[in-house]
Amino acid sequence: MFKSPTWQRRLEGFRRGWYKFSRNPVSVVGLFFVLLVSFLAAFAPYIAPYPEHAGRFVNFREASQPPSLKHPFGTDVFGRDILSRIFFGFRYSLMMGVVVLSLVVPPGVILGLIAGYYRGTWIETLIMRITDIFLAVPPLILALAVCSVLTPSVFNAMMAISLMWWPWYTRLVYGLASSLKHEFFVQAAEVTGASKFHILFREILPNCVSSIFTKMSLDMGWVILIGSALSFVGLGAQPPTPDLGTMVADGAKYLPDQWWIAVFPALAIMITVLGFNLLGDGFRDLFALEEI
Amino acid sequence: MEPILEIKDLKKYFVTSRGTVRAVDEISFELLRGETLGLVGESGSGKSTTAYTVIGIYAPTSGKILFRGQDISVPVSKRPKTLKRAIQIVFQDPGTSLNPRRTIGQILELPLKVHRIGDRNDRRRRVVELLRMVELPEDYIYKAPHMLGGGERQMVAIARALATEPELVILDEPTSALDVSIQAKIINMLLDFQREMNLSYLFITHDLSLMRNVAHRVAIMYLGKICELAPAVEFFENPYHPYTKMLLSSIPVVSEEEEKMKPEKIISQGEIPSPVNPPPGCRFHTRCTERNGICSQELPGMVRVREGHLVWCHLFGKKEEG
Repeated sequence: MFKSPTWQRRLEGFRRGWYKFSRNPVSVVGLFFVLLVSFLAAFAPYIAPYPEHAGRFVNFREASQPPSLKHPFGTDVFGRDILSRIFFGFRYSLMMGVVVLSLVVPPGVILGLIAGYYRGTWIETLIMRITDIFLAVPPLILALAVCSVLTPSVFNAMMAISLMWWPWYTRLVYGLASSLKHEFFVQAAEVTGASKFHILFREILPNCVSSIFTKMSLDMGWVILIGSALSFVGLGAQPPTPDLGTMVADGAKYLPDQWWIAVFPALAIMITVLGFNLLGDGFRDLFALEEI
Repeated sequence: MEPILEIKDLKKYFVTSRGTVRAVDEISFELLRGETLGLVGESGSGKSTTAYTVIGIYAPTSGKILFRGQDISVPVSKRPKTLKRAIQIVFQDPGTSLNPRRTIGQILELPLKVHRIGDRNDRRRRVVELLRMVELPEDYIYKAPHMLGGGERQMVAIARALATEPELVILDEPTSALDVSIQAKIINMLLDFQREMNLSYLFITHDLSLMRNVAHRVAIMYLGKICELAPAVEFFENPYHPYTKMLLSSIPVVSEEEEKMKPEKIISQGEIPSPVNPPPGCRFHTRCTERNGICSQELPGMVRVREGHLVWCHLFGKKEEG
């Protein structure tokens, strides 16, 4: 009942948050990149100069054109506008990150909370040993294995990465929860008879959110990189999907003469990953408590 | 008067890699309804462990804890809900006892929600009433703990403990983390609440001088054992145990009259030994100025030197026999 303050309070809270966040210019740059990439991805069909170039489109007369006013980032060997394909490529990268994280974070966090809270019992042993097994496998290698056994596709790549990614959240939250459970505010809730659900999700979890968000932001970058790497070796998105990793892979064959085919998509990946990495630090500042 | 809390031969040992820590080693005492019992000791004496065992954060190693005659010698998760409503605790550091991610309103509402007291509107009224009780403004319900000062946070912690109208409140050094100027205010408030609600306080502290004005009875702990237990007036005017005398003589005083009231000066020597391997015999004999042969051999038994005045010391054992 005390959760819904008036809109003035909310506005005030927002202003405070922005102030804390914006004190670090680096995180503002990160936020700018992330917003820019998200905007271009969301409105790609409307702002891309040649939206039809995203798919199966061939125009050999304009193949491998260097950057010009007509094609600011040049064209690839099929004559497709690289700028347009990058805008659509952002869609696949962001979707990959969002889907993987939304599959990975809830189970990882819940298992971490439970393992941390029940530290010293068989529940902790069970969860953490399973976590260790999954952590021992490098995600890229497993994703490679899965995608080469099954049909290579974006979907399979995402499943493979997700399968390997949740233990990191379990480990992160486990560490936080196992020390938070000894805090006096948790003891106070226990002593008064609060339910385990309340203690895990209302007392402990809110104190882990800042670390989880920071990690999620950094992981967005990592997942996008791994997805691109999979596409680069041909096990992720398949042509003619405008995936940034696939575009770099195709363009790499024409380096260094037709450098624009590979370099611009690579820069696009860099901007996206960099944006999320810089934003991660901003989350830490945003959730910091200031003393009066 | 009936005892609300009875502790019988309570033991709490912790098994560590360096050996068994005997934090609380067979202590017994009673707390009467409406009474304040001061449990005093240096750090490492086991006073906080006693408090946490009574509230149920720790399960006792052995011994009994009776609340209104009912056995509650189990951790808090195994206690019936009504008991959690009747026994509450105020922790030492209000900086860590309030969740930094919840508002004061949410913190104060939790005990009401857990014990299903009233509907949403009732609870809101009750939270405001609790804030008024501890003299905090109503709009604090929207604030987060870090926006409050240390004293105000402790008021919130006290309000939370009183929210369910408990009978027994354990005060674990409620003022030791606060400024001296706020200490007096908090103590006075606690005493007022005790009178109004007929609360029983188990008051844990290392501040012996505080107990003179606050406690009805004082028990002094040393290395997991109680040395002396007496009514507060008796305790300060006529201490028996050498450890008590040492502590009383080490209270700093300003005036000469106060100096005269103190027992003869006993210089404190040494530090409290480790509770992992407590000395055999009387726990205090390594620092005692009046020790003799038996002290390092045998544990002293309880001696009733006067009505309600108990001492665990070999010096007084013979008095009762003879």
